[in-house]
Formats: sequence, structure tokens, C-alpha cells
Amino acid sequence: MSEPLLRIEGLRTVFRTSGGDVPAVDGVSLEVHRGKTLGIVGESGCGKSVLSLSVMRLVAHPGRIAAGRVMLGQRDLASLSMAEMRQVRGRDIAMIFQEPMTSLNPVHSVGFQITEAIRAHDPRASNAELRNRGIEALKRVRIPSPERRFDEYPHQLSGGMRQRVMIAMALACSPKLLIADEPTTALDVTVQAQILDLLRELQAETGMAIILITHDLGVIAEMTDEVAVMYSGKVVERTNARALFEDPQHPYTLGLLGSIPRLDEDRENLLAIRGTVPPPFNLPPGCRFNPRCPFAIDSCRAEIPPLRSIIPGHEVACIRAPVEASVAA
Amino acid sequence: MSVLLEVENLAKHYPVRKGAILARQVGLVRAVDGVSFTLNRGETLALVGESGCGKSTTARLVLRLIEPTTGAVKFKGTDITTLDGATLKGFRRNAQIVFQDPYASLNPRYTVGQTISEPMEVHNIGDAASRRARVEELLKLVGLAPYHAQRYGHEFSGGQRQRIGIARALAVEPDLVVCDEPVSALDVSIQAQVVNLLRDLQRRLGLAYLFIAHDLAVVKHVADRIAVMYLGRIVEIGEKRALFSNPRHPYTRALLAAIPHPDPSRKGRVTPLGGDVPSPMNIPPGCRFHTRCPYAQDICRQQDPVLKDGVACHLADQLPPAGVDFAGGLAPNAAKRLALYAEAAARS
Repeated sequence: MSEPLLRIEGLRTVFRTSGGDVPAVDGVSLEVHRGKTLGIVGESGCGKSVLSLSVMRLVAHPGRIAAGRVMLGQRDLASLSMAEMRQVRGRDIAMIFQEPMTSLNPVHSVGFQITEAIRAHDPRASNAELRNRGIEALKRVRIPSPERRFDEYPHQLSGGMRQRVMIAMALACSPKLLIADEPTTALDVTVQAQILDLLRELQAETGMAIILITHDLGVIAEMTDEVAVMYSGKVVERTNARALFEDPQHPYTLGLLGSIPRLDEDRENLLAIRGTVPPPFNLPPGCRFNPRCPFAIDSCRAEIPPLRSIIPGHEVACIRAPVEASVAA
Repeated sequence: MSVLLEVENLAKHYPVRKGAILARQVGLVRAVDGVSFTLNRGETLALVGESGCGKSTTARLVLRLIEPTTGAVKFKGTDITTLDGATLKGFRRNAQIVFQDPYASLNPRYTVGQTISEPMEVHNIGDAASRRARVEELLKLVGLAPYHAQRYGHEFSGGQRQRIGIARALAVEPDLVVCDEPVSALDVSIQAQVVNLLRDLQRRLGLAYLFIAHDLAVVKHVADRIAVMYLGRIVEIGEKRALFSNPRHPYTRALLAAIPHPDPSRKGRVTPLGGDVPSPMNIPPGCRFHTRCPYAQDICRQQDPVLKDGVACHLADQLPPAGVDFAGGLAPNAAKRLALYAEAAARS
């Protein structure tokens, strides 16, 4: 495969607490390729949002990147100054968030906010040019009557429209990479389908890469090429989207698949994962999933299993995988 | 099966006023606009729909937490919309609710024991000692431990808090539990735990659930019958299996088709429904779904369809068979390993 657009290497993001540094992202390595979508899936507290904020260098105090590199081409974003990073945000990498209402400024018009990134990266653009480019951006995300919407305020728009405006803002400077953090979680299911459809179309038009963060395996199946499953700050399984559903390996992935009710089968009981996610300041020894894992043995508690290649292109951080071989033995 | 709850032509309209002193009415939000259904003992009826369809308002009307504009709610044959005093309190003992947000619905100053025993105190059930014993029994019933009674709500995770909310609802041995999006705020692995618990409790205690949800996959798992709501009305109601295998209303079809399916081979096969839900202050004339319906004709723009044989659509009998296909299921390797997972989980 060609050189990746973005390569995350051994990224570790910690939060300082009175009890010492607590890792939210703990040694994550991932690649994102041009024109492709990388999905990151996991539950609350797995570190997926902190990971994306780390790439954008938006982790706020007391959090900081403690180790690792975020390579965009030849540049390591983790070592850029804030001024240099501002040149990257919006132009090279843009981000959209879960809650389109709180991410938009209620006192500025839609048009003002959309053109903000253009003004920042191209301060000499005239007002007429800004308006044209802003309306163009609204057209691109299929907003009806964009000339009128340009002068409206966020409260005048529906949830789906607001998320379209967010996407228009993010794409205003044609970034190479879009990070979408739970972009449809707050939306109704028919509106979610519209937004996912739009993201797919825009990706086909522009060739941008997408990092899609979600807790929803349905959205993963619908949207992504490659997938990383995260648990407690670590990637526990990494493969292409097809293999994740057809050949799931990590017990946590299995538990997630078993927990979602499916429309296409009838099961008496859902296969719930017992227990809860461990707090990052009190992680269990060894594999972090071991207290919840039905396949755990003593060696699972002894050391943290590294990601290993189980078949080419499919990595899993579990000494018991594939589970059928371990159970039979 | 005997009928527990009968809802007849229920409506809740909120006037919209403008002006501070001489306020005048400038509009009417028709949140619930003529809803009828029945619920049998021991049965689960799910009300599903998107934001603003009136499902939560309907739930609150059924419990008379808010007063209806018109319509009747008959519980065991008695219209509860006219009850007051002791008779209303008697109804409240029989009908309880579990709320969506387990973080907001527990009093932070109460211990778990106080939270669970409060409904028993309100209804003068037992003495202090027997209530304490009942709290312990309830905690065990929902999968918590008796010593949790001394702790406070904030010490628990979301899933555990929802178990506490369920224990509180069950404390007075109700026949009806209204579950208002009980798992929507929870992570998927925890969602499954709570869904399994609700089903298990229903089987053991013979509870009837009115289950409010927006997630059709969860609903498919818990419900016996499903009512699909759109802009304050039920547009389709039916037995779960029939509704999923042969959805008749175009909105039901669109809802089913829009669910992202955990199977990459069907990636991008669905054309999503266009547009947004209209405002309940400005409901379209005729069929309220016609502005988004791909099949809409003149009759749909003029005449409001009535709910007949479980569906409110002029064209229900003329539509092509529903294109939603749920064949597939888990891939063989996934199914094999999930079975091993379940086996290992049962052993340990």
C-alpha cells in the first residue's frame, strides 16, 4: 500500500492527577490512508476521543502528549509549536464533533462561521469572495437555499442542518483528513442516514481521508475501510472492516458484537459483557480486559499482551486468540 | 390475555403564547394528537419514533404525570384521567416509571436504600424493618448486593444506577412499568445487561411494559408489539414479527432501512429519507408524513388517513413489498466464537 497520509506511532496521552499521571491513550499506533476511512470503535472511556484530540493537539491541561509521534507526511504534529499547529488545523486536518448545537457559536451567523477558516488561512480574501465561497460550501453539503441559510443563525436550523453546517465549515479549506467524532450520535436515525450518505459522497468527490470515531458497530460497517477497536486506552484489534465482522478475534470485540441486538436474528438473551470498564487510575494488571473476559487465564493477568499479527493485515492484542484453538487446547 | 391498559384518542396540545402581560395565543403545539392503543397484562408494547414524535409525552400522559387535553386512559377498566386523592394514589402504586437518564433521576442526597424504600413509605407499605428486608431483596433481584443500600447514587456506574432505578420502580409491586428510553444513555455492553434484566424480571413478575425507544434493534429484542409514532400519531401498530417482516407504512420502512446494519457487505445500499420532521406547531395537512413520503399522491396531501388494520396510510395496500431484507445474520466465524464466548461466560 502507498505511503499513509497520517501515521500515529506509540502515542501516549496522559492526564496529571494528584495520584500521578493517568494514561487515557496508552501506546497507540495507527495509519490513515488517502481517500480511506479509518473507524475507531469503543465504549465510553476507551480513549477514542482523547486520541482524536491528540492528533489535533487540542488536549487541554492537565492532559498532555507524553510520548509518541503523529506523522503527517514528514512533519511530526506532536512536536509543532501552537502557531505552526494553527496552520495545520482547518487546512490539513479538520474536525467535526458529536453535538452540532454546542459546537456552533449561537451569536454569529452561519456564514460568518463558515468563512472563519477561510479568513484565517487566506486573510486577503474580499467580502464578496468570502460570501461566494461560503455559499459554495453550503451547496456542497446539500443545504437547500444556501443564499438564505448563509445569513441565518444556528438556532434557526434543525439538528441535521447544523451538522451539515459543521461539515461545510470543516471542509471549507479542503482538508486532506477529516476527523469525525461521533458525528451522528445526537441525530435521529433517518437524519443519521442522510449525514453518513453525505460524508461518503464528499469523500468520493474530494478524496479526503476520514477518521470516524463511534461506539456504533452498525456505523462502522456502513462507513469504514479499516477499523481499530479500543479498550482502556489501547488498540486491542486492528483489521479491515470486513474481517472485523467476519473473523472477529479479540474477546472484547466478540463481547461488543454479542451485545448489540440485531435485526437479522432472534436471540433469547443478548450476550452482555459482564462488569464495567476499569477506571484509568486503577487498571488491572496484565491485559486490561481480563477481569471481564470469559477466556482469561493466569498468564492474561501477568503481562500486557502486545498487538500481534494473527493473519496478514489483522492484528490482535490477545494471547488466547483465536479462541477456538485456546479453548480446545 | 386480559387488557391492563386502554388508551383512547389521547391528545396533549400546548398553547404557544406571545407577549408578557396581554399574552395572546399564537400557535398550538400538538405534541400528542389522537393516540389509541391497548396493553395486555405481562406484555411489552414499544412506542418508537424520532425526536418530537410524542412518544415520551404519551408515556407521561399514561401515568398522568401531565394532564391530557382530551382522551381517556383506562387502567384495569377505570379512567385514570378523572381520579384524584386516594384513588389516584392507588393507581400510582400500580404504575411506575424508569427514566432515561440514570444520572439525573436519582436524588444525590439519598442512599440507595432510601431511594428504593421511598415509594414504600409513600404508600405506607410495611414497617421500617420489613422495608429494609424488601430493599435487600430488590437489590438482589436487579443484580446488586445488599450492602449497596448504604451507598449513594454517585458511587455507581450508569448501568448500576439504571438497576437502582428499576429496583425503585419495582418496590411497590406494580403491574405496569413505563420504561422511557431506559438503555439509551448506556454503553452497548451495559445496554445488553439491562435489556436482559428487564426481560428476566418481566418473566418472573408478570410485568407489563410500555417501552419508549428510538432504537428499533433494541425494540425488536424486548417488545411483543410495536407502535410507530410520527408527529403525535401512531402510523403503524402491530405484532413485532409482522411489523419487521412486512412493514406497511412508508415511514416504518424508512426507519427500518435507516438503521446502520453491522454487516459491511450491505454498505451504502439504502437511499435515506429526505428532509426533516416538520414542527409539531405546523403539522402538514392531509397525511402528516406526505412531505417526506416517496409515494405521496394528491389524496395524501388532502385527507388525513385513519389507523385501520394497524396502519394509517392511504396507499398501504398498493405499495410494493418492503425492500428491507434482514437475511444474513452473523458470519460463521463470528457465530462460532460468540457461542464459545457465551459458553465460557456461563461456566465462569
